[in-house]
Amino acid sequence: MAVALIPLAYLAVRTAEAGWDTIVGELWSTRVGLLALRSLGLATVVTTACVLLGVGTAFLVTRTDLPGRRLFAVLASLPLAVPTYIAAFAWVSAAPRLEGFWPAALVLTLCSYPYVLLPVAAALRGADPAQEEVSRSLRRSGWQTFTAVTLRQIRPATAAGALLVALYVLSDFGAVSILRADTFTRAIFVAFDLGFDRTGAVVLSSVLVALTVLLLAGETATRRRGARYARLGGARRPALRLRLGAARLPAIAALLGVAGLALGVPAVSLARRLAAGMSRPGALPEVLTAAGNSLTVSVAGAALTMLLALPLGLLTARAPGPLTTALDRLAYLAHALPGVVVGLSLIFFGINVAYPLYQTRWLLALAYATLFLPLAVAAVAGAALQSPAGLEEVARSLGRGPWTVLRTVTLPLTLPGIGAGAALVFLTGMKELPATLLLRPTGTDTLATELWTSTAVGAYAAAAPYAALLVAISALPTWLLVARSGLLDKEDRQ
Amino acid sequence: MSDVVLSGVFKRYGRVNALVGADLTVPAGQLTAVLGPSGCGKTTLLRCLAGFERLDAGEIRIDGTLVAGGGRHLPAHRRNIAVVPQEGALFPHLSVAENVGYGLDRAARRSGRIDEVLTLVGLAGYGDRMPHQLSGGQQQRVAVARALAPRPSVVLLDEPFSALDAGLRTGLRHDVREALRADGATGVLVTHDQGEALSVADQVAVLCEGRVVQSAPPTTIYREPADPWVAGFVGDAMLLPAVVEQGAARTALGILPVTGATADGPATVLVRPEQLRFADGRDAVAATVLRHDFHGHDALIGLRLADGTQVTARILDGAAPVPLGGEVTVRVDGAARAFPARTLAGLPAEYQLTA
Repeated sequence: MAVALIPLAYLAVRTAEAGWDTIVGELWSTRVGLLALRSLGLATVVTTACVLLGVGTAFLVTRTDLPGRRLFAVLASLPLAVPTYIAAFAWVSAAPRLEGFWPAALVLTLCSYPYVLLPVAAALRGADPAQEEVSRSLRRSGWQTFTAVTLRQIRPATAAGALLVALYVLSDFGAVSILRADTFTRAIFVAFDLGFDRTGAVVLSSVLVALTVLLLAGETATRRRGARYARLGGARRPALRLRLGAARLPAIAALLGVAGLALGVPAVSLARRLAAGMSRPGALPEVLTAAGNSLTVSVAGAALTMLLALPLGLLTARAPGPLTTALDRLAYLAHALPGVVVGLSLIFFGINVAYPLYQTRWLLALAYATLFLPLAVAAVAGAALQSPAGLEEVARSLGRGPWTVLRTVTLPLTLPGIGAGAALVFLTGMKELPATLLLRPTGTDTLATELWTSTAVGAYAAAAPYAALLVAISALPTWLLVARSGLLDKEDRQ
Repeated sequence: MSDVVLSGVFKRYGRVNALVGADLTVPAGQLTAVLGPSGCGKTTLLRCLAGFERLDAGEIRIDGTLVAGGGRHLPAHRRNIAVVPQEGALFPHLSVAENVGYGLDRAARRSGRIDEVLTLVGLAGYGDRMPHQLSGGQQQRVAVARALAPRPSVVLLDEPFSALDAGLRTGLRHDVREALRADGATGVLVTHDQGEALSVADQVAVLCEGRVVQSAPPTTIYREPADPWVAGFVGDAMLLPAVVEQGAARTALGILPVTGATADGPATVLVRPEQLRFADGRDAVAATVLRHDFHGHDALIGLRLADGTQVTARILDGAAPVPLGGEVTVRVDGAARAFPARTLAGLPAEYQLTA
């Protein structure tokens, strides 16, 4: 668990070292105020837009008679496969003068509304239709029922999705940097990378962490107040579908429009540049080298992450208690930390404590472990639930020793889930940008950093092959996520 | 074939005392039901027996051999005790035959034991199915077959029928009972269902607040319960205040012969609703009909006696109908079981007087 604590500890140490006067000076500048306003503004705008877009789309694809619902469901979840910095790159390469707050808000919304769509769609499918039927039988109209019953049933899912989006926007680095929207993450990177203004970077990071913690605390508080909305027994039964009637065409047009902006623009823009990018002399070896580097650091990161996640995940699943909950929350806090902050804190850690690690791939692997530990812990805990303690007890009562039980029952049931978790961490590591930028050993370039470097100097054609490969890699975990949300399941029989 | 003896078993979880000196003897080749309300320690008793929990005090012997207690804790896989959990808990990645063969060595697997036990539970020919292709009742049958296959000293059944619907439960209960008997297995059935315990078990052990309060054949448990609480727990009971004089109790229902050694003086007597008969005669008492609860095969008639005491009579369907508010005369058939009066104090209200 020390992994999750390194960034926080170092932030605290560095902030303290900087001295009170410097901190106050840095903190109360107009620039920090502006940055905070802009970051929070961006988070608010994007989250609101994502909730509207996500809930609307989820309702259309799960609760109406929209033709081609499953196709639209898949289409609407695909933007998850486009990392924000690639979407931003695609928009910029299509319209080079696009920059600032609103374009960043647009790109971030288009990339992250599936974070709301997926949980809400799952909640809408799983919600108990009897509650809506009771409401209708008590003479509430369709709209009244929707606002008083349905929206409340999906509130926990909506809140969870919105939190993800808000955390994501606060920590996003690639899109805001490429679109030149000045937020905390970009300012931290610029301060560190250009000016080596460490105090500035550290103070900005602390403010960003404080914002993140506030957001998390707010979410926890509202979740305590709202109860869980569990189905009270009874067989699963699909809800009645709303007939769209004349509203059908506008609904299809809206969904197609969003898909066009979120997928069409990046696809067209990438395709246009790809041919030019690949025909450059020496393009293929460079792409292959970068892919090889991405592969090795991600494999190392995934291995380290799973090593740390196995005991924690098993503990969470098998021995729930206050200690495990605290450990769990801590790991989530680390996950909510922006990659820039984690990268920065690990640089300090490398220079001051673990110098042999500095400028090696292992420090980068450690950063991945910090960032993706919760993903892995969730995967391990989920897998452990596949082999409940009761099954192992039965096996022991049939005269099988602990090792035999592990080999014949526990491992066959849990390995698929653990493997999927490792794959997820690996693929997410391939996409990671800010921490990789800060921590990669000099001269080692990965797909993501090559894309970044090329975009920064306006070499859009050179960047295109990296972008295409990264999209292909991102598509895999997205597919897993969508398949798991149940959106692809066959329609329930009426 | 082996006797299982638990003596003075204590088990505590944090501040909760789950078992406080439980004593139980499970005779070889018989089915013993451990009956008790939820939270009485039934499942803990079973888990201690299986070896999933360590005892805090007391000991467990199987066939005279100490398996737990006195610093010794034989792990679950060395105890030769097979469990059938509530939800069956079949291994989802193994076929029915592989599930049943899990506890067998290679030679035993080839010997046809798998088919033998599958036939015993009425699932011959199902060996190639996967667990998810079976209904809930079939899954429980497989779980029973899996437990029987290695010929364990004891089969522990942890409320194995509670997740099934009522119709299925009766049939499965009977079949499992027969399968155990045919295999000569010793069984312990944990249940909170009085009907289940009384109908299938050779012996019923009633557990209350971590202690075995009575262990006896079903008829003894029902007719001669050890205390008023057991009387009320295993069936409908009327517990009436009485005064005992020379082997007879003076009650609101007349003067009744009593069983159970009771000194003369105030007492509590147990009368079951089916002991009340509509009859005339010298010893009959008058009552007014208050209620009529029809159950199909029988009916419960609520009555108020002249002194205001409310009692219940059970009559079989087909008996003469009685109008509400009508006047009848009733008489108690057979003897009433008497308890010292003070044992009534401290009983939960629902057992004070069932009427």
